[in-house]
Amino acid sequence: MDESIIKIDSVRFYWSKKSNFKIFVPNLEIKKGEKVLLLGESGSGKTTLLSLMCGFLNPSSGNISINGNTINQLSSKTRDEYRADNIGIIFQQFNLLPYANVVDNVLLPLYFSKVRSNNVSNKKEKVIELFKQLRLPDDIAQFRASSLSMGQQQRVAVARALIGNPSLIIADEPTSSLDADAQKIFLNLMFEQISENNSTLLMVSHDRSLSNQFDRLIDINEILIREDKSCY
Amino acid sequence: MLLKLSFSSLYARLVTVGMTILAISVSLMLYMSVEKLRTSAYTSFTDTISQTDLIVGARASSVQLLLYSVFRIGNATNNITWESYLDLVSKEEVDWTVPISLGDSHKGFRVMGTNKEFFSRYKYRGSQSVSIDKGYLFEDLYDVVLGAGVAEKLGYKIGTSLVVSHGLQSFSDHDDQPFRVSGILKKTGTPVDNTVIVSLAAIEAIHVDWSTGAKIPGQLTPIDEIREMDLTPKNITAALVGVKSKLTIFQLQRWINEYPEEAMTAILPGAALQELWRVVGVIENLLLGISVVVIFTTLVGMAAIMFSSLSERRREMAIWRAMGASPFTVIGLLMLEAIFISILSITFSVVLLFCVLNLLQPWIDYNYGILVNIEMLAIKDMYVFAVFIIASITVSLLPAIRAYWFSINDGMTIKL
Repeated sequence: MDESIIKIDSVRFYWSKKSNFKIFVPNLEIKKGEKVLLLGESGSGKTTLLSLMCGFLNPSSGNISINGNTINQLSSKTRDEYRADNIGIIFQQFNLLPYANVVDNVLLPLYFSKVRSNNVSNKKEKVIELFKQLRLPDDIAQFRASSLSMGQQQRVAVARALIGNPSLIIADEPTSSLDADAQKIFLNLMFEQISENNSTLLMVSHDRSLSNQFDRLIDINEILIREDKSCY
Repeated sequence: MLLKLSFSSLYARLVTVGMTILAISVSLMLYMSVEKLRTSAYTSFTDTISQTDLIVGARASSVQLLLYSVFRIGNATNNITWESYLDLVSKEEVDWTVPISLGDSHKGFRVMGTNKEFFSRYKYRGSQSVSIDKGYLFEDLYDVVLGAGVAEKLGYKIGTSLVVSHGLQSFSDHDDQPFRVSGILKKTGTPVDNTVIVSLAAIEAIHVDWSTGAKIPGQLTPIDEIREMDLTPKNITAALVGVKSKLTIFQLQRWINEYPEEAMTAILPGAALQELWRVVGVIENLLLGISVVVIFTTLVGMAAIMFSSLSERRREMAIWRAMGASPFTVIGLLMLEAIFISILSITFSVVLLFCVLNLLQPWIDYNYGILVNIEMLAIKDMYVFAVFIIASITVSLLPAIRAYWFSINDGMTIKL
């Protein structure tokens, strides 16, 4: 448990030199298998930090390593491939493809990642297995994503992030629209699967009450400095 | 799978994509229709007279002689004498001739005197001959055959009596010698439709009591007496000539142009029609201009539709990116969509074109004398389609590049 999966070293990011949004992250390290909750208010830079970790954005200076690879030094194409191979993403609004059926939504990451695809010997069987584990009905497979309830969409989004065993799961406020009981059930289901896959979870939230369910709590204000002096 | 999902995405936007395809198809169909009309107008014009090797008349410009003798418009040319015509007929190179005499009219329609050879020798649209729809060709001296347009516009039927006026806009009628409609021709889409055709002898007959363009006062020869007269014409306006061998056309033309007894002109109908088309070709250029504007508007419309659907698809592209798709995959998918829309639009526009042409062809032919050929697409059309697909890929580049920037900048922040 002492090997780093995420390592951030003196990362600065701004859209342009004149931008009024400039952030600096001196240091951050997350170990493999950890379940980390990143706390912060709206506009504090949480999502920008996640975009940097996922390789959507490139830091203006400094380095970000995922699994020992400095992703900001990779070419754009390699970075996209690296993200597909190593990171499962759960969006705040789940972002399933509404026109595709549930199975196609879950299998989508495997199309872009040979590594994750090779980890799944029988794709359809794996999807059904994930559905069972996430307590989704069997007959949901051929439904269009747009026809699912919010709770079902949430679980399908988790299945999509987990398929192919990516080493890192990044979740951006996936429980923000749930009540306390539903939050607890959802988190338990997610934790079960993440532990089974031996993946690392970095989840962003502004809800401090969730902190006791995670291995570690990181307050964004302690790791990220806003250098633009603007208020947030 | 990516293609399957792309098509699912298109299917999910069925109404928007359908409207896009419909808009592009209608524009493309409009472009092809205008092009078809342009080429058909040219073909119909140049096919007004065919298989006639020379048109011979008095000395005049080729366009003037063509306009007057074939299209029956413009200023009258001088006549040539019957003797000169007979000299021409006796030439070894000549296979056949059809004399034409013009000058009189009936209610604004030109009256043409000719012989029965006209109906078998005058060809249009390649090898089509004029043929009788109702009745028969002139048997009696005062029989008249009407073009389809004349019969329709004046409401004449077989047996209707009519009087020929002297000149085109004359107050003097040949009312002492009325004619009777013996036949009505089938529609040809040529100036023949608007022509009143009588025999050459009839033209002579109605001018028996006339001298230098005016009626001789007090003179009225009885019709029975006229019928007994030698009504061989003294002059004719022009003659259509066919030669035995095409190799002798220029030789015969030079002979006619240098004919010592009388100043005559021989023109090649094809060349004169081309020359005349250049004069009226401004319409063709106008249609060509319209075609270009239509296709340009189509492409701009396509780009506009792709731009407007971009925000609708922003979330979708962010999902692709999050799953590992490169920005180039996103661009590729958008361009693939543009190609798919283009091909579907082209297919649909061709179907539309054939439906519209089948529907409107008889109407256009009947009203404007333009035969729009409904035929398989030509190689030229394929080139146009290929250029359209390339152009649509090019115009889709702009929205695709915008999508590329969206997909880079949206990252995790997509909250549309």
